Amino acid sequence: MLTAGSQPDKPRVIRVASFSRSRGRWSLPALIVLVALVGGAVIWLRQGDDPPPVSTRDAVIDVPEGPGSDRTVQIDTTLYLPERTPAPAVLLPHGFGGSKASVSAQATELAQRGFVVLTYSARGFGRSTGQIALNSVDHEVRDAQKLLDWLATREEVRTDAPGDPRVGVTGGSYGGALALSLAGVDQRVDTIAPVITYNDLSQALLPNAATTATVDGTTPSPGAFASDGVFKRSWAGIFFSAGLSGGDAASPGQEAPEPGQDDDAQALDNAAAAATAPRQPGGDQGGDRPAGPVNGACGRFQADVCAAYTEVATTGKASERTLALLRRSSPSELTSRITQPTLLVQGEQDTLFGLDQADANARQIAANGAKVKVIWYAGGHDGGTPGPELRGQIADWLAFHLDNRGADPGTGFEYSVTGAFRSSGAPSLRTVVAPGYPGLPGGSTTTERRDVALSGREQVVVNPAGGNPAAVSSLPGLGAALSRSSSLASRLSLDLPGQSAVFSSEAMTSQLLLSGSSTVRLRVAAVPGQPVPADGAVLFVKLYDADSNGVRTLPGSAVAPVRVADLPADGTPVEVTVTLPGAVRPVESDHRLELVVSTTDQAYANAQEPAAYRISLASPELRVPVVGGVNSTSGVPTGALWGIAVVLAVCAAAAVIGWFRRRLNADVDPELTGVPLVIKGLTKSYPGGLTAVKDLSFTVGHGQVLGLLGPNGAGKTTTLRMLMGLIQPTEGEIRVFGHRVGPGAPVLSRIGSFVEGSGFLPHLSGIANLHLYWAATGRPVEQAHFDEALEIAGLGDAVHRKVRTYSQGMRQRLAIAQAMLGLPDLLVLDEPTNGLDPPQIHQMREVLRRYAAAGRTVLVSSHLLAEVEQTCSHVVVMHKGTLVAAGEVEEIATGGGEASFRVDRPEEAASVLRGLSGVHNVHVDGEQVHASLNGTPRAEALQALVSAGVAVDQAGPRRRLEDAFLELVGDAGGSR
Amino acid sequence: MSQGNGHGVHTDPAAISDLTDAAAAEHPQVAPDGSKVGYRAGRTLPIRVELVRQLRRRRTQLVLGFLVLLPFILVVSFEIGQSQPNRRTGGFVDLATASGINFVVLTLFVSGSFLLPMIVALFFGDTIASEASWSSLKYLLAAPIPRHRLLRRKTVASGLLSLFALVLLPAVALAVGVLWYGAGEVVSPTGEAASFASGVTGVALAVGYISIHLFWLAGLALFLSVSTDAPLGAVGGAVLASILSQILDQITALGDLREYLPTHYALAWVDLLSTEIDWSQMATGAFSALAYGAFFTLLAARKFARKDITS
Repeated sequence: MLTAGSQPDKPRVIRVASFSRSRGRWSLPALIVLVALVGGAVIWLRQGDDPPPVSTRDAVIDVPEGPGSDRTVQIDTTLYLPERTPAPAVLLPHGFGGSKASVSAQATELAQRGFVVLTYSARGFGRSTGQIALNSVDHEVRDAQKLLDWLATREEVRTDAPGDPRVGVTGGSYGGALALSLAGVDQRVDTIAPVITYNDLSQALLPNAATTATVDGTTPSPGAFASDGVFKRSWAGIFFSAGLSGGDAASPGQEAPEPGQDDDAQALDNAAAAATAPRQPGGDQGGDRPAGPVNGACGRFQADVCAAYTEVATTGKASERTLALLRRSSPSELTSRITQPTLLVQGEQDTLFGLDQADANARQIAANGAKVKVIWYAGGHDGGTPGPELRGQIADWLAFHLDNRGADPGTGFEYSVTGAFRSSGAPSLRTVVAPGYPGLPGGSTTTERRDVALSGREQVVVNPAGGNPAAVSSLPGLGAALSRSSSLASRLSLDLPGQSAVFSSEAMTSQLLLSGSSTVRLRVAAVPGQPVPADGAVLFVKLYDADSNGVRTLPGSAVAPVRVADLPADGTPVEVTVTLPGAVRPVESDHRLELVVSTTDQAYANAQEPAAYRISLASPELRVPVVGGVNSTSGVPTGALWGIAVVLAVCAAAAVIGWFRRRLNADVDPELTGVPLVIKGLTKSYPGGLTAVKDLSFTVGHGQVLGLLGPNGAGKTTTLRMLMGLIQPTEGEIRVFGHRVGPGAPVLSRIGSFVEGSGFLPHLSGIANLHLYWAATGRPVEQAHFDEALEIAGLGDAVHRKVRTYSQGMRQRLAIAQAMLGLPDLLVLDEPTNGLDPPQIHQMREVLRRYAAAGRTVLVSSHLLAEVEQTCSHVVVMHKGTLVAAGEVEEIATGGGEASFRVDRPEEAASVLRGLSGVHNVHVDGEQVHASLNGTPRAEALQALVSAGVAVDQAGPRRRLEDAFLELVGDAGGSR
Repeated sequence: MSQGNGHGVHTDPAAISDLTDAAAAEHPQVAPDGSKVGYRAGRTLPIRVELVRQLRRRRTQLVLGFLVLLPFILVVSFEIGQSQPNRRTGGFVDLATASGINFVVLTLFVSGSFLLPMIVALFFGDTIASEASWSSLKYLLAAPIPRHRLLRRKTVASGLLSLFALVLLPAVALAVGVLWYGAGEVVSPTGEAASFASGVTGVALAVGYISIHLFWLAGLALFLSVSTDAPLGAVGGAVLASILSQILDQITALGDLREYLPTHYALAWVDLLSTEIDWSQMATGAFSALAYGAFFTLLAARKFARKDITS
């Protein structure tokens, strides 16, 4: 305490200030800590959201090699067990070229949803032995039936009857076809969800989209499915080599985009993965592939399958035997027996198994009265596997139909609409939901078809010898890497001049949402004199969306291959109906539809012989399917909108709460309304133990000029700041005219203040500062008394200069003038004479005294006793935050009891005074003798001097006020 | 007496009489809430006054002047470096000269990541901190302008200034763009073309979105502004936070976590340029910005209401 007391006072002030400022600085680290905490919480929550555990059991199951065979094929399986069993089972076959490992992620997901999932490598794939028979009813389908038998024996699997497990089948592509076929032959299957699969393999690999018969256009995406198709060379090659090498070439290898998905990084990663390591053989299929007998150039294909492929690949035409084999491998043979609820998921980006395949499946299954739901998603063999949301939908379907869990998915028809470029780099997506797939047997609606008029005269197209160079529409197998950038993939298409005929529509006047397969009637004729190939005319028809700049987009990158088998050589035209590839495309207004008929396409087996054909429109209408529906709610960012609403509500609530709190803050003591200032028990301590003001109480009466006196650091400024409502007292209260002072208390409008330096906007002139300050108070201009206040400041023309050019003293005067604006009832000035020169100080005293005399009250702080003594009527002395003395100046100055006597014989007078009882501290100062009378009346001391014969010239209280001040302060320090 | 000191600074003795006469003549009338009649808390710090206070600052004038100048600088740079014969394809920069609207889009695109956030941070970060640094804050509060009202008024004024800046830039860019590149169709990087009118609508909506999106930064800057007496610290801190967020957004390894970054959706307004507008990104971005902005603003209001004003 002693060292603290002996410290110079100024540094303490600085400490107070810097300490409170450091509290402000704490907020940044605190903010960083907060951000870290929130981040940690987010990560923790995400980790805490762990999916339920899934355990797996591997098993090898022996199945007969073929009907009546006693040899067995070993099927490599993995059983995924959910947390709780028994549970319904899901059989999950894989795509062509894959193995059970390629569906492990989906299997785990389904097991997490509570299904027992059985994955297996189909015969001829992965570790399973045997040869690929292309989903033959006698081979692969029978294998799957054996697996159902096995599932029925597992205690983890719920059964409907002994030997009949509760089971659903879902799978993509090759696996999806197996699901359809299995459901057709085995009634134990309770529901199926085939994904991007085929109805008729012969039509998928050898399509012919032109027929002279009529096409039933009641469903959105019918295929002509005419015989004698054009060989889809690229895809078939990829398909076959996948069977040879075990590579998963036919799988898209990445996920399709979904509405609401915005993870551009995922898109980039996907694209990068597809580009850099598209065909990485997994350990399962790479390391131990030669488990089954390798059949030379046929790989693991069964001999008849191999022979059929070899035939088609070399000749480009399929024999009846080959077609029969392909049909045997197709679900189309069995769909008439499927009665289970079926979810058909097909991709809009699929040049291998187009929407027409799913359309055929849907029609055939619905004809049995089965429940059929169709979903077209923005993926496919060229676009990507179903994303998480769609996989969830498939799981929902299975959960409802196997376990009666969740809401009925219904039979609504959903399709994705891919819009244009989006900020995240991925295309925008929305899902449209229609009440049902139109045109299905038993349904009530049929597909609306809008006629778009095409125009174009007859054009001659030439087929080059060898079918080369060929037009480009898609890059099968590579589409996965490219399709992310939809603009890129759909603009790969290239038509060669001379090889293509173009028919164009007018520009659209409004958006046309093409959803399905358009049909058009074409007239094809040979050019007389030119030979007609024996195999008939091969043409490729595509429908472009061309914008007003002529930039063309080929939806789905798909073409409709056409073979007109019997084209008369004499030039007699043949009229055919062409079903264009199924696609979903919003054709914007100002865009045109462009029908292009070309003679070649890179992805197909083109005609080898040179030929020329005349192409014209048999009828100008392009019949465009339009399936009305509503945008699914997932496209609307409801979560975000709710979030916005919640944030706004929170803000509104905070505002209301704040308003009420402030309303309740008013606090008046009616007895004190006439008293300018009452301070009671005022304490301000800072965290850390520093107390700037301690238990301060005093009152300022009306008309007083009160001096708040104390050395630097006594707590004067802190007190004044609390009086202004700038600092919150720790304890105690301040009342101004009876009203309790807090931040922004209305009663502060009766106070004019100048506390610790001026505060002006340096870029404005002095007068502008005053005017703007007064404007900020919102009070009427006539109350301000600018002229009087400016006269007091006495800055002359300098008031029009910018404040930054002012000297310290000028700012001080301007600040005092600002405090006097509005003639406040209580004028509070902190060290007003600092920086003023002596004549100005003198004037300032005059101003304050007379201002108080005019019926106002003035509170002045100072560290100079002389200042207070000459200016003030009353004084409050503070030291180290506490009140030392309060009262009238005169009283305080003399209250110490010192007296001075001017005498002729000082030494003698001193000894007389020392003789008086109680008098001490007597000393001589020239002609004067000072003594501390300590209660002895001055008259008594005077009498003693006179009676001792000392001539007293003058007697009175000692006027050395600094001494008195120091005494007060010193006593206070000592008493603590 | 002090006439000789060259400043002409003195108080005429008559001035004191004038003052005391005025004081004696005026009998203070007091309202029930203890205030002087004429004072009403609801009338303090009119927006107009605060705008005048801010607009007369050289800083504000320079910023607004720069925004007017920027489109001209861009035009000049395009004119100097004219080596792009095909103006109909490519990215934003390549397409900038395709039409007036494309030029506006480019202007917004190049200023979106740094310039506009910096301006918002400047207006909001400086608003309280500069008053604190001038020591004028205490006099405003003692006037008295209630603290919540001061903060609200200053926030509104900063918001208006920011909004003005955000509108000024595309408006000047549009005028400059139309003058140099014509009122043709907008061409998007995907090759879609839209009419000039729908382009103007799109740009207007984009400015609206950018304004909402920068609310997070406004909130943060405001919070820093009430937390420090150094204007530079508040503005710089907010800009740094924005840059940090943008840097983290580049780290693809963070995956989904980046969606929590306030700048993650900064460019979502680009969606407005396509013919079929996808609102999901913008809605999420608006939510993210409002959530951050509201959080920081409420934090700022709370801090300012309880703070000891020591400057």
